[in-house]
Amino acid sequence: MFQASEKAGILLALCGLLLIGATSLGFSTSQYAMNLIGQIAAFALLALSLDLLWGFCGILSLGHGLFFAIGGYLVAMHLVKVTFDATGTPPDFMLFMGWDSLPFYYFQLDSIAYLIVAIAAVTTVVSFVFGYVSFRSRVTGVYFAIITQALVYMVMLYMFRNDSGFGGNNGMTGFKEIFGMPASGSTTAAFLCGGSLATLGLCLYGCKKLVDSPIGQFMLAVREDESRLRFLGVNTVHIKLIAWCISAILAAMAGFLYVPQVGIVNPTILSPELSIEIAAWVALGGRGSLLGPILGAVVISGLKFILTGLAPDLWPFILATLIICVVIWSPNGLADTSSHVASFYRRLGSLTSIKGRSQP
Amino acid sequence: MTTKQALYVSGLNVSFGNFAVLKNLSWTVDFGEVRGVIGPNGAGKTTLLDSLTGKTKYQSGDIYVKDTVSIKNLTEIEIAKLGIGRKFQKPSVFSGLSGFQNLEIALRAGHSRSIYQPKLTSRQREKIHETSELIGLSSELSRNAGTLAHGQKQWLEIGMLIIAEPSVILLDEPVAGMNSEERGKTAELISNIRGPNIAVVVVEHDMEFVGQVCDTVTVLHDGRVMIEGPMGVVQADPQVIDVYLGKEAASASSH
Ligand SMILES: Nc1ncnc2c1ncn2[C@@H]1O[C@H](COP(=O)(O)OP(=O)(O)O)[C@@H](O)[C@H]1O
Ligand SMILES: [Mg+2]
Repeated sequence: MFQASEKAGILLALCGLLLIGATSLGFSTSQYAMNLIGQIAAFALLALSLDLLWGFCGILSLGHGLFFAIGGYLVAMHLVKVTFDATGTPPDFMLFMGWDSLPFYYFQLDSIAYLIVAIAAVTTVVSFVFGYVSFRSRVTGVYFAIITQALVYMVMLYMFRNDSGFGGNNGMTGFKEIFGMPASGSTTAAFLCGGSLATLGLCLYGCKKLVDSPIGQFMLAVREDESRLRFLGVNTVHIKLIAWCISAILAAMAGFLYVPQVGIVNPTILSPELSIEIAAWVALGGRGSLLGPILGAVVISGLKFILTGLAPDLWPFILATLIICVVIWSPNGLADTSSHVASFYRRLGSLTSIKGRSQP
Repeated sequence: MTTKQALYVSGLNVSFGNFAVLKNLSWTVDFGEVRGVIGPNGAGKTTLLDSLTGKTKYQSGDIYVKDTVSIKNLTEIEIAKLGIGRKFQKPSVFSGLSGFQNLEIALRAGHSRSIYQPKLTSRQREKIHETSELIGLSSELSRNAGTLAHGQKQWLEIGMLIIAEPSVILLDEPVAGMNSEERGKTAELISNIRGPNIAVVVVEHDMEFVGQVCDTVTVLHDGRVMIEGPMGVVQADPQVIDVYLGKEAASASSH
């Protein structure tokens, strides 16, 4: 299982790089497929980020959409700035406000290096401050989950305002170019998809290394019995902060990859629904296994893509049925199904051996 | 510097709301001792350990460890770092981790400079194996701690304390739920732990076990020290007989 996640990480990264290489050599792919795979890869990274926190450190966040949105909004601001520099007109939502140039906080965001630093800095500061205050006051479990949800909801309400400079309820869209490429087209889609796969693969590999390291062992110990660890003299706030901030950065990276591929960001990514859905991916996939939640995100968001087109009204029922089935048959998630199959065969085997023995 | 007094408790008062659990309790334990603390259910034994380890804040009084260090304003983490290890009444090990990992975490925790160092040194590995032999779990090290038997979990937890080389070890009901063979092993383990630079406190119900492993016994009753002395003396004390037999008679008649 563990060996598997290392291999899968390397494989994903190679696939991504191969796709990028082939595309730059002129190999052409289906734009729809690239877009679909790329978006799902971003969701998978988001699932991985929550799994690291919840599955390995026992901290459930129902507000991870916040960090996804930090990455997503900042990359959208970069794209808006680039478009503004090219056309000289600010986006519609700013024109409606009567602004003829971008607000000061778009300063320098046209530089990709600055963008990356900004995403890292904002995510780290926000997660560190929130985490430090909560973990130090020993807010845990359900209470922590609830305040993370409240936080993401509060930010969503703010982002709905049109005067915030982030597009209000319509969000930001209409990007002219993406990282120097035309905003739409199969080449752009393939590059973004390749980049997303490679990032997912590298992060999976890195997470595997982290959970196997001493810090990862201490994260597991926090999950198992935080109080025991304190009475051994360990300041668990440090460990939780490390897990929380790394997880936040992974989620922000997912947002950074996601928004250019859908071409829009708006406050729905801050809605409690998305944050809860992330937890559903992880729970269905199997928290505490690195591959499981990735599988969960792929299966659920893949199904969602297909079914919301075919039968949009049925989607909530299908999701609910899926969750109930997994909870009943495989409480530890999809990652655990293989062990169920194995134990089924074991039982089958012992049944037949009992029969064999009872025969004269 | 030589220290003599491992624990010094003076005029300790702990209450929950209006309910006073420890009442003006004064008590000392020296290094080199194995001290028993007995008393009926609800006497305040666990609460005393809670106060000593920073789990419960006390309203008034003083607690000094290693002669001079007041723990009044310390957190449980800082107190643990002073070398005060505690086994909880309910066995507390990291169930999802192996026995080896449990000991490794405790070892790293006890040496704050090397807590996240990537690889264990060979000396550290040796130490984990030595400890596992001491607690009789050397063949169970790769097993998930959650799947160990109740008694084995207790020993693992004791192992997690001793691997950090503490000055004081507080054991809350270490033989609860054990059969007589396991009790014997636990008694042996405690006599192996004892030494001139360590104080061991054993909180127990089981008089026989306490008599076997402890030099001196403190009887706690109703939040106060009722009597203190060698087991033979304590057991013959009419007050103690009254408290214990009274309880037993009451619980026998209620069944
Ligand atoms: N956190 C708490 N809140 C309220 N009452 C408590 C608390 N902890 C212990 N007590 C009470 O204090 C008394 C002593 O408990 P305890 O120290 O656990 O006894 P012992 O370990 O000697 O059996 C009991 O009556 C118990 O109900
Ligand atoms: Mg008790």
